[in-house]
Amino acid sequence: MSRKFKVVIALLVGLAAVGLVVAGPVGAKVEDDTIVFGAALSFTGKYSTNGKHTKNGYDLVVKRINETGGVKVGDKSYKIKIKYYDDESTPARAGQLADRLIKQDGIKFILGPYGSGPTKGMAPITEKYKIPMVEGNGASRSLFNKGYRYLFAVLSTSEQYLAEAIAVAAEQAKKAGKDPSSIKVAIAVENDPFSMDIRAGVLEDAERYGMKVIIDDKLPKELTDMTATLTKVKALKPDVLVVSGHSKGATLAIRQTAQMKVDVPILAITHCEAADVVGKFGANADYTLCATQWAPTMTYKDRWFVSSGEYAKTFEKEYGYVPPYQAAESSAAVLVWVDALERANSFDTEKLRDTLAATKLETFYGWVDFDDTGKNIAKPMVLRQIQKGKYVPVAPAKFAAGKVIYPRPKWSER
Amino acid sequence: MKTKGRNFVLYGSILLISLVAPLVLPAYGTQLAFLWVMVVFALTWDIVGGQMGYNSFGNVVFFGIGMYVTAVIQRNMHYDIEEYVHVAGRVDTLASGEYLAGLFLGMGVGAVVAVVIAVILGFCILGMGMRGQYFGICTLGLGVAAGELANGWEYIGAGSGLVTPVFPEGLGVRGAFFYYIFFILAIILYMTLKWLYSGRFGLAVNAIRDDEDKAEAMGIHTTRYKIVAWCISAFFLSLVGGGAGHLIGFIDPTEVAFAGATFGVWMILMAILGGKGTLWGPVIGAVIFHITQELFWTYLFGWQRVALGALIVGIVVFFPQGIMGWVRERWPERFGHRVEEKGVFSVSEGGGA
Amino acid sequence: MESLQILFTAPIFSLQLLIDGILIGAIFALAAYGMALVWGVMKIINFAQGELVILGGFIVFSLNKAGLNAFLCIPLAAVAMFVVGWLLYHIVIVRIVEKDLFISILATFGIAILLQQLMNQVFGADVQVVESELGTWFLFDGNVTVVQIKVVSFFIALMLGVCLAFFMKKTRLGQAIRATAQDARAARILGVNTNKVYATTFGLNGAVCGAAGGLVVMTWVVQPYAGLAYTIRSFMIVIVAGIGNVAGVVFAGLGLGAAENFAGFILGTEFQAAFVFSLLVVILVCRNFKLRLQRSYLK
Repeated sequence: MSRKFKVVIALLVGLAAVGLVVAGPVGAKVEDDTIVFGAALSFTGKYSTNGKHTKNGYDLVVKRINETGGVKVGDKSYKIKIKYYDDESTPARAGQLADRLIKQDGIKFILGPYGSGPTKGMAPITEKYKIPMVEGNGASRSLFNKGYRYLFAVLSTSEQYLAEAIAVAAEQAKKAGKDPSSIKVAIAVENDPFSMDIRAGVLEDAERYGMKVIIDDKLPKELTDMTATLTKVKALKPDVLVVSGHSKGATLAIRQTAQMKVDVPILAITHCEAADVVGKFGANADYTLCATQWAPTMTYKDRWFVSSGEYAKTFEKEYGYVPPYQAAESSAAVLVWVDALERANSFDTEKLRDTLAATKLETFYGWVDFDDTGKNIAKPMVLRQIQKGKYVPVAPAKFAAGKVIYPRPKWSER
Repeated sequence: MKTKGRNFVLYGSILLISLVAPLVLPAYGTQLAFLWVMVVFALTWDIVGGQMGYNSFGNVVFFGIGMYVTAVIQRNMHYDIEEYVHVAGRVDTLASGEYLAGLFLGMGVGAVVAVVIAVILGFCILGMGMRGQYFGICTLGLGVAAGELANGWEYIGAGSGLVTPVFPEGLGVRGAFFYYIFFILAIILYMTLKWLYSGRFGLAVNAIRDDEDKAEAMGIHTTRYKIVAWCISAFFLSLVGGGAGHLIGFIDPTEVAFAGATFGVWMILMAILGGKGTLWGPVIGAVIFHITQELFWTYLFGWQRVALGALIVGIVVFFPQGIMGWVRERWPERFGHRVEEKGVFSVSEGGGA
Repeated sequence: MESLQILFTAPIFSLQLLIDGILIGAIFALAAYGMALVWGVMKIINFAQGELVILGGFIVFSLNKAGLNAFLCIPLAAVAMFVVGWLLYHIVIVRIVEKDLFISILATFGIAILLQQLMNQVFGADVQVVESELGTWFLFDGNVTVVQIKVVSFFIALMLGVCLAFFMKKTRLGQAIRATAQDARAARILGVNTNKVYATTFGLNGAVCGAAGGLVVMTWVVQPYAGLAYTIRSFMIVIVAGIGNVAGVVFAGLGLGAAENFAGFILGTEFQAAFVFSLLVVILVCRNFKLRLQRSYLK
C-alpha cells in the first residue's frame, strides 16, 4: 500500500470524526428563555399525509402559547419551540432520531411521531434514557404492555377505535329481533402496527358478542387496490365491513366500494377526516361510519383555545382546512407538556415524569388522565356517520347528535 | 521493512481511534455503532458484488433473517409466545444475563440459519449458473419476497413487527455496547477477507468475475466458490443483523429487517462509492456515505431525500469506479501495477484519429 | 382454503375476479410497455417508472382541478410527461445509456427517490383522486360489477399499445428506434442519430407513463410515495414476457393482473405481494434451469 493512499485514509478517518461532531451540535434543553421540545415526524414517506397534520397540530399550539405569554416555570415565562427531524415514515429512523434528540441535541421533552410504527421505534430509546415522551399519534395497544414508564399517550388506544361500530351492529341486530351472534364481520386492515391493532380490537369485540369473522384480510403496505378483498365481501355478504389503512386505505375503501357497488349494511373505517373522503367523493362517502378521536362539535373547554369549536376555527384560519383528529391529538400532546411543566415548576425529568403521570386536565380535545401504563383512559372514542356530506356523531350516546342510519342503503336504491 | 512499520502505525492508529471513539464522543454512540454496521454492509456486499462480479440486490435478506432469528430466540427463551404475540400485559425487562444469553445465542443460531438458507438459495440460483442481469433481478425479487412473507407470518409478529427488550441497566451505555459488538465484527470480517483475498479464494473469485467460463475451463470449481462467497456474506450479515435489531429496538418486516429500498441499496452504493472489488474501498465508502447521510439529515431538513437521490445519481453516473478505483488509476504503481512508457506511439501523440 | 370453496360453489365470482384482474392488468401492462421499450432499446432498467406514473397522475389531477375534463387531461399529461422524459434523458440517462445494466438500476433508483421528494414538495403529501363521473355495469343480478372507468382504461391502454406498435412499424423514427434496439453501433454507422432515438424513446416512455398515471388516478389513488408498486409490477411483467417481446408484455400484464387478484382472494391479501415476488424468483430459476438443460444437451 502506498504512502499517499495512507494519507488519504488518515484524512478520511479525521474527516469522519469531524463530520460526526459537526453532524449534530450539542444543544441545550432550555435556551435562555425558550423551552425546546423534540419531535421526529414523517415529513416524507408513506405517512407524510398525516405527518403534516401532526406538525400543524404541534405548531398551532406553539404559536398560541407564545402569543399568550408562554409557559411559566418558576418565576419566569418561557417561550417554546420544537426541533423537528424527519423519520421518513420508518421506525428504524425514528429510533435513531430519538437517540439524536436526546443525546446530541440535549432535548429532555419529547413529543411523539406520527403512527404506531415510528412510536414503537422511539419508545425503547426514550425509556432507556428516562426521558418522558408525550405522544398523540401512536395508538397501538402493544405500546402500553411493555411496562414503559416514560411514555404517555393522550389518545384512545387502537382497540377502541371501532369498538363502537361493532356495538352499533349488535344493537341493530337486537332491534331487528336477531341475536348479535348472527352478525358476520369482515375485516380488511393494512398490514402495519396501527391497523393490526385495530384488527385485534375488532376481533375481541366480535368474539365477545359471538359474532363470526368471515373475512380477515391484511392489505399490503404498498396498497394500490382492494378488488380481491371487495370481491370476497360481495361473495360472503358480511353485515359489517371494517377497513383501516391510514389515508390511502380510507380513500381506496370509499372509492372502490362505490365503484364496485359493494353493498354492506355497515362500513366502518378510520382516517375519514385526514383523507377528506367527503371532499373527494361527495355522496359516495355517505353512510360511512368513521372512528374519530375528537370532533370540532365536542364541548370540551380549556384555557388555551377556549373550546373545541374555537380550536377548529383557529386551526382552519391558520391552515385552511378543518382539523382532522390527528392534528387535534397532536395539539393536545403539547398542551399536556405545558401543563406538566407549569405544575412541576421544574425542568427535572424525573419530577416531570411523576407530574405527567398525575395529570388530570381538561383540554379542548377532551379529558386527559393517564393510567399506570401511560395511556389516556378519560377520553372515549367517538363514532361519526357521514350523512349528506356532514359528519354526524352517532355514538356513544353522550356525544350523539343524530341517529345512525342503518343499513347503508343499497347502491341500486341510491 | 519500512512498509510494514507504516502499516503497523496506520492500523494501530485506526484501531486506537476506533476503540476510544465512543468514550470520547458518548453522545454519538448509536451513530458510531451504525457506522460499523455500514462498514459490514459494504464489505459483505463487496465479496459477491465486487470481488466476484455478481451484482446482488438481495443481500439484505440475510440481514433480516439474522435480525428475526435473534429476536425470536430471545423472545422464546424468556416469554410465553402466545402471550407475547397476542396483546397482553407483560413487562419487557430482562436481567443483563438473560439479555446477553438471548442476544448471543440468537446471533449464533441466526448465522447458522442464514448460512443454511444461503446454501439452499445458492444451489438454486448460483448453482444453476444464473448470471448477469438475471442474477440481479432474481435477488431483487428475493429481497422483496422475503419482506412480504415476514409481513404475513403471525408467529414472528407479521405486520406489527417485534419489539426487542429494553436494554438492561447493568450493561452500561447502550450505544457503546453495540458499538463494540459491531466494531469487533467488522474487524473479524476485515481480517477474514484480507486472508481470503490474499489466497486462492481471492484469485478464484476474481477469475470468476473476469471470465467465468474460462475460469471453469481452467479447472476452478466455480459453483463451489460462488456458493462459499455467498455464504460468507450471509454469515456476517446475519450476525450484524441480530445486533442491529436490538440497537434499533423495533423490528418491522419491510422497513427495518428486509429494507431493500434503504439498507439494501445503501450497501451497494457504499461499495461503489469506495471502489468495488477492493478491500479498503467499501470501508471508505461506508464511512463517507454514512457521514454524508447524517449531515444531509441534519442540515438539509425536508430536502434530504432530494439530496440523497442526487447523490446516488452522482455516485453511479460520475464516479462508478469509486474512490479506490480513482486512486488506482491515478497512482497505479502503488498497487503493484507496472507502468510502461509507451514512447513515440503513445495515444496523446499519435492522437487525432 | 375457505375462499377457494367460494369459487367452487359460486363460480360467478371467479368471473368477477377475472374481469377485474384483466382490466387492472391493462394499466400495469401500459406502464410495463414503456419499461420494455426502454429496456429493449436502451438496455436500461428504469426504476423510476412508478414515479413517472404517479407524476402523470398528479398532472392529470392538477389539470382536472383547474377545470379541465378528466379524459382531456390524459393526452395533455402524456405530452407533459414526454417532455419530462426527454429532459430526464438529456440530464441523466444520456450518461448511463451505454453502461452496465446494474449502473442504470442504481441511477434510476436515485431519480426515483428524487422525484418522490419533489412531488411531495410540489403537490403535497395528500392522497389524491380524480372522479371520472362514470358508472358501473351490473351483470348476473349484480353479482358481477364492471366498473366503467376500468373498461375505458382498458381500451385506452390497448389503443395506446396499438398506436405505439404502429408507430414502431411504419414511421421512420419508429424504424430507427427498432434498428437501434437491434444494434446501436450498426445503426449509428448507417446514419441513425442514436442520441435522438434514445431521447425519443425515453420521452415516449414518459408519455406512456403519463397516460397510465392518468388512468391510475381515476381508478385508484395517487400519493407521492406510492410509485414503487407500479415499478415492481412493470418489472415483473417485462421479465415474464421476455425482453423485447411487446405482444408478450400485453398478455403478461393481463395475466399478472388476473393471477394477482386470484392469489389475493385465495391466499389472503397479505400474501398477494409475496406471491408475486416468489413467482418472479421461481420463474427466473425455472427459466434458468431450462437454459441449463439446453446447454448440456448441446454438449
